[in-house]
Amino acid sequence: MTAPTPSDHRGPAATRLLRHLSVGGAVAPLITTIVAFFVGGLVVLATGKDPLTTYKAIFDGTGLNWLLPWSGDRALAATNLQQTLINTGPLILCGLAVAYAFRAGLFNIGAQGQYTMGTIAAVYAGSSWAGLPGWLHVVLAMAVAALAGAAWAGIAGALRASTGANEVITTIMLNYTALWIGVYLFGLGGPLQANDQPDVPVSNDIVGGAKLPVFWGDKDLQGLHVGIFVAVLAAGIFWVVLNRSRLGYEARAVGFSPPAARSAGIGVGRTYVVTMAICGLFAGLAGSLDILGWQFHLATNDISASQVGFLGIAVALLGRNTAIGTCFAALLFGALSQGTSVRNLDPAVFQPELAQNLTTVIQGLVVLLVSADVLLASVWRRRRARAGGGGAAAAPPTPTTLGSVSP
Amino acid sequence: MTPPALQLSAITKRFGAVAANDGVDFELRRGEIHALLGENGAGKSTLMNIVYGMLTPDAGEIRVGGEPVTIGSPRQAMKLGIGMVFQHFMLVDVMTVAENVVLGAEPTKGALLDSRAAVARVRELAGRHGLSVDPDAVVEDITVGQQQRVEILRALDRGADILVLDEPTAVLTAQETAELMTVLRGLRDKGTSIVFISHKLSEVRAIADRVTVLRRGRTVGTVEVAGPNPPDEAELARLMVGRDVLLRVEKAACRPAAPLLDVRDLEADDDRGLRAVDGVSFDVRGGEIVAIAGVDGNGQRELVEAVCDLRAPVAGKVTVGGKDVTGRGARHARDCGLGHIAEDRQRSGLVLDFTLSENLALRDVDRRTRFGLLSPRRMLARATDLLAEFDVRGGGPQAAARSLSGGNQQKVVIAREIAAGPRVLVAAQPTRGLDVGAIEFVHRRLVAERDAGRAILLLSLELDEVRNLADRILVIFEGRIVGELPPTATEEQLGLLMLGGGGATSARASAA
Repeated sequence: MTAPTPSDHRGPAATRLLRHLSVGGAVAPLITTIVAFFVGGLVVLATGKDPLTTYKAIFDGTGLNWLLPWSGDRALAATNLQQTLINTGPLILCGLAVAYAFRAGLFNIGAQGQYTMGTIAAVYAGSSWAGLPGWLHVVLAMAVAALAGAAWAGIAGALRASTGANEVITTIMLNYTALWIGVYLFGLGGPLQANDQPDVPVSNDIVGGAKLPVFWGDKDLQGLHVGIFVAVLAAGIFWVVLNRSRLGYEARAVGFSPPAARSAGIGVGRTYVVTMAICGLFAGLAGSLDILGWQFHLATNDISASQVGFLGIAVALLGRNTAIGTCFAALLFGALSQGTSVRNLDPAVFQPELAQNLTTVIQGLVVLLVSADVLLASVWRRRRARAGGGGAAAAPPTPTTLGSVSP
Repeated sequence: MTPPALQLSAITKRFGAVAANDGVDFELRRGEIHALLGENGAGKSTLMNIVYGMLTPDAGEIRVGGEPVTIGSPRQAMKLGIGMVFQHFMLVDVMTVAENVVLGAEPTKGALLDSRAAVARVRELAGRHGLSVDPDAVVEDITVGQQQRVEILRALDRGADILVLDEPTAVLTAQETAELMTVLRGLRDKGTSIVFISHKLSEVRAIADRVTVLRRGRTVGTVEVAGPNPPDEAELARLMVGRDVLLRVEKAACRPAAPLLDVRDLEADDDRGLRAVDGVSFDVRGGEIVAIAGVDGNGQRELVEAVCDLRAPVAGKVTVGGKDVTGRGARHARDCGLGHIAEDRQRSGLVLDFTLSENLALRDVDRRTRFGLLSPRRMLARATDLLAEFDVRGGGPQAAARSLSGGNQQKVVIAREIAAGPRVLVAAQPTRGLDVGAIEFVHRRLVAERDAGRAILLLSLELDEVRNLADRILVIFEGRIVGELPPTATEEQLGLLMLGGGGATSARASAA
């Protein structure tokens, strides 16, 4: 009944953003995406190309046209879709790694480093222990990778809990640390560098039994491995943990109000550590999917070139930190990078080199517009509160409406 | 005859199905202090937010100085000479008083802020209205009472001759309240018309010329307070709540049993590392209410936090029902049977963005899970029962805690803590900011829990509450218990101890 007061909007930036982002429907992210593509179209126009044909070509390159059975080359579409989905799996997991932290009021900028630790652990586990039965080897390698990510993220959580060090800073620094650990391990003369290629900064290949089974397409030509199911399953687990488990309930309580959580007997510091470790599980698992699914080895330039953990931030923001939203946002970004890849885009339509930059532009715009989206949401809410039509003060908030975060 | 400064006729404002204001009439005469009295959620703030252009009414008419107006924004309200001071100040903490006052209407020299002119303007304004405040002080360094003056000055600086204050005394100490009243009387005598929103009967009787009472979104009536036959508090309370209210709790004689809470030689530091609790020992027996009285800031907060294991004690021991809970964490203390009604319900009592159902599970979620999983269905069922039992209004179990009024929020906290079946209940300022109806509810409930055999430790700054509820009163001064008094002690006796007189002197002398 009382008017919006400024005190309601105080608190850590993460908590404030969380309050805006954690609830809300699909409308705002959709608008965000459309605007991003529209502005991207203007960029295409500025280069003197036709935005519509460019987008059509990119769309065909994603393989999503496979879903439209009447269109074009089925085999090519299938191959492209396989690649899109290979991209999507780790993006889902990295998105979850960021989203879970968000729901507990933490900014996990460190999915990239956690992912890197996952790849390192996966490539080590996959290239050792050669005698194991295949399925056990795969599961073990994935578990080791997830734990490596969890331990890495746990460092940031423990620092936050014990010294109050801001996790934004520590996770960014841990990203670099992970990168250079990888460069050291697989660099020339490094302890894990390939035995049979002394001149190449790369790891040993993982053994055949540690590879994820391919269920669609040619297993020797990078067909679709089962990692996408692992990722979707993880999204389901994310939802259950967050919404149905004591762990997630306590994490959300801490995210919204650390003093209230503490007063209720929830160990706030412990929750920070556990939350970050869970984030790391997701990101580390993402690393194992790439290694066991299609990379099979890890070169130092793979580590420095990888962006999937950073993309996870955009995925989580666009997906509004929900399980389902993260899956769709990951599919969008996975498809974009596939659709604009060099071999898929006809240079006559749009130069692939530019197209990859276009992807970056669109991704950047999405992140930028998410803040505008927050603005939009708050303007919307204020208007509703003033007009009083089903205002937040009286009606129980329904999680599907934009204005449901009561003032 | 001059038209009233502000006249509201048949104002209606709905939020969904609920009418926050339902045909409200209100008239503010020129140069009067007019109190707007009502329970939490009666629609006082909504009405004044309409006047200030923060909300638009669904129906009704607003006249300012006799002219019908529509007020679409606070900016328009300011143009019409309406200023508002919110409960939560809207000041920039790191800027000076003068900078805050002129913010939005800064005197400039070319493109630059003319800070000398700003200071001069604020000093002149403050002098003219008798509001002493240093224009060069930084806002975060001055007291809450002074910050409020800055807000008032800002409104006056914009040319306000109608001043609306939303529960201005909720954040003030008794001394600051008295000063505010002097200031307001001065403003009135110079011709400012003042709306004073409150739910505190004594204040309203002290300051207002007239009172308009709102109940559930409707005007109950307007009463002359300054006139020859002023209404007494019981009469105002009846108007406000719609029934007779017991301003004093009725309770049977205390029948204390064995001690359930035992505090021995407790020492704790405040956030700055200074000793705040300095060797406190006492016990609370089952079936009695022990109140700790004292002037704010004498270690009460740190004492509560140390007892509830939210703050690590430096030394000493706390036992609940014979079990040592010292320094083992809040959850352990709670598992041993300690309940805690937190001092700041919005900050530590509730997770405002959680639903009521989630909030009610906050304390004992670990005991309500199966294989680590929650059952939303059972949580909802339990919440529905508790909300009914504790008469929480304003939303069902799925409503966000944020959307409830203060009194109902407090009922949720109390429901959660009592439902857990604690042996010891620590109630820190359980009625702060509540209206008489809600206060009566809380008091009755605390007495009922006492009679059910629980040990209740009450911390309160309200002497009336302490004397009303307690079976024994302990007085705290500078982190020490300086005396114990029966509830029959007079206010003077209590006051003397609270200010360090009497027992305190001898206690310190013997310690030295």
